Amino acid sequence: MSIELIISLVKANIVLAVLLTNTILLIWFERKVVAGMQSRVGPDRAGPFGILQTLADAIKLLLKEQILPSKADRAMYLLAPLIALVPSFLIFMIIPLGPDITVEWQNALYTIPLVGADLNVGVLYFLALSSIAVYSVVLAGWSSGSKYPLLGGVRASAQMISYEAAMGLALVPVILYSGSLSLVDIVNSQSGNLSSSIPILNTIVSFIPKWNIFPQFVAFGIFFIAAVAEVNRAPFDLVEAEQELVGGFHTEYSGFRFAMFFLAEYINMFNMCAITATFFLGGWLGPTFEGILPPIFSVIMPIIWLGVKTFLLLFVFVWIRATLPRLRYDQLMELGWKRMIPLSLVWLILSAIVLGLREFGLPWS
Amino acid sequence: MTDWLPVLVMFVVAVGFALASLGASYLLSPKKATPEKLAPYECGIFPEVEPSQRFPVKFYMVAMLYIVFDIEIIFLFAWATRFNDLGWYGILAISIFTFFVLETLYYVWKKGVLDWNIPRRERYLKQDLTKEAA
Amino acid sequence: MVDLILFFIPSALIIIGALIVVFAKNPVHNAMGLVMTLVSIAIIYITLNATFVAMVQMLVYAGAVMTLFLFVIMMIGVDKKEQSSESIKGQTFLVSGVFLILISILGYVAISSEFKWDLWFEAVEFAVEGTPQLIAGTLFTAWIFPFEIISILLIVATAAAIALAYDSKRKKNDV
Repeated sequence: MSIELIISLVKANIVLAVLLTNTILLIWFERKVVAGMQSRVGPDRAGPFGILQTLADAIKLLLKEQILPSKADRAMYLLAPLIALVPSFLIFMIIPLGPDITVEWQNALYTIPLVGADLNVGVLYFLALSSIAVYSVVLAGWSSGSKYPLLGGVRASAQMISYEAAMGLALVPVILYSGSLSLVDIVNSQSGNLSSSIPILNTIVSFIPKWNIFPQFVAFGIFFIAAVAEVNRAPFDLVEAEQELVGGFHTEYSGFRFAMFFLAEYINMFNMCAITATFFLGGWLGPTFEGILPPIFSVIMPIIWLGVKTFLLLFVFVWIRATLPRLRYDQLMELGWKRMIPLSLVWLILSAIVLGLREFGLPWS
Repeated sequence: MTDWLPVLVMFVVAVGFALASLGASYLLSPKKATPEKLAPYECGIFPEVEPSQRFPVKFYMVAMLYIVFDIEIIFLFAWATRFNDLGWYGILAISIFTFFVLETLYYVWKKGVLDWNIPRRERYLKQDLTKEAA
Repeated sequence: MVDLILFFIPSALIIIGALIVVFAKNPVHNAMGLVMTLVSIAIIYITLNATFVAMVQMLVYAGAVMTLFLFVIMMIGVDKKEQSSESIKGQTFLVSGVFLILISILGYVAISSEFKWDLWFEAVEFAVEGTPQLIAGTLFTAWIFPFEIISILLIVATAAAIALAYDSKRKKNDV
């Protein structure tokens, strides 16, 4: 067994453990926050502050019967939860959690990058896996042999592909800054502070970190809205629309197969927020307080910064869910195709021209 | 290629986790299937109508547009990685391309492909007007 | 050794997927077989260091084009009582005959030309990595004209799809 294989195995298992624990926390977090916004208490029985509620739910789902509906298309019905869950784990692999750390072990220095896999096509990999995940929704809906899942599944897939287009277009300006599709390079390109050629403006903006959100606020807005729609969260949760579609594409799923869809949804939500933080909020960048805190903190602080940014975005996700009513389907599709996609294309050309003026001067000079 | 090893291992671990938990659930869970339980969900009654297997042509057009924009995105990504080397020439090239893609979108828009539910909305509006008149 | 495993597992998946496409009775199963084939081809691209092409394969073919196929299948409707009878008399016999002849020609060529497996895998060693930057550099200089033509191709494709899907005699909103 080679050393790379051992490192990969360790990484994969850490990612699995982190994502599962994190989902448990995230569901509890969402329920508590929504409860607070609606003047309720929320889960408070299992464990301190009800923090073990999700674990109890998971165990309960594990012990429940897995129904295979009589009208279902067997093979596709069993395949759909797998297609939902596996891409969500794979997407997390490309998110950089911190800078490379150097470890001295048996008189040799080892450099361990704090990222699952630093791919030179990272952004495309993320989009490709998201488009594969669409199949889980279509297949789950179609294979159940019931009308509500079918409607939910087709709706969801059309919604997901529409907003994936908007999401991809909003990412292009970010790559203009980094010149690379690798997420590690994208984070590195955001280090340092903003600068301006105008002296007065320079003194004002030089305090602001060079995160992509500041010059690219429109792209950030488009990306974030598209991210909410991509993971089918409120107000874009027409897929589930309890009142009309009784749960949407996973109506006929029960027991742990349902739990897999649920798990995939929350992991995807977490991935989306972590990726938004990486693309627009500087990822793990942040003050490490070197010299003040013990040296171990220079390793931990980046992870904490990424976590703080991700949970801030997750809070916004939950906040939106608690605040906004659901869109109608025609509103949803028109927002995607008639507003966000043209806007992102125009914004892209505008920012390319502005960047071009800054980098290369006037075109005729 | 070695960059992809963690992805491959993660794939194996994720599939393994999914199958293991499904297997555990299969061993632990009760298996008492009844015909009623296995029937498609319909608020407790027996479904009388089979789910319709046909969908509006709009979904097909959305998928078609998605292909157009996917190709656009890929070319934009490729260009963005060499933005500094290509300079104004690259901006011009990609602007021409984007112009044509926007024209596609405009054409589809004017054809009414992006209008969802128009007949229903018009019927609804007409209904309201007659009500007011009466 | 690792190269061989990385070549043969995806290749086997490609062939299994293709067989599903041919033999499965349900159109949705056929489509998913094709997805499997396309994703496996992407894996082969990755092993050949053509990562950009691999991701394009995943995103455009396995993602977008196959979603279109699925929507078309759902638009036409999945007919469960699909005809398995022959539409041309003796078509099974004819096709098997042609298949056997082709296979024997291939086999003959492979044996007579002393075909060597090793040659393939050595050639891979020299390949450069197909990074996005490399492809963009070529695409936007030497191939700029074909690149711009693609945009027109996209318009034509969309126009054709609309012409196929929408009846021109009807009013434009009444679909």
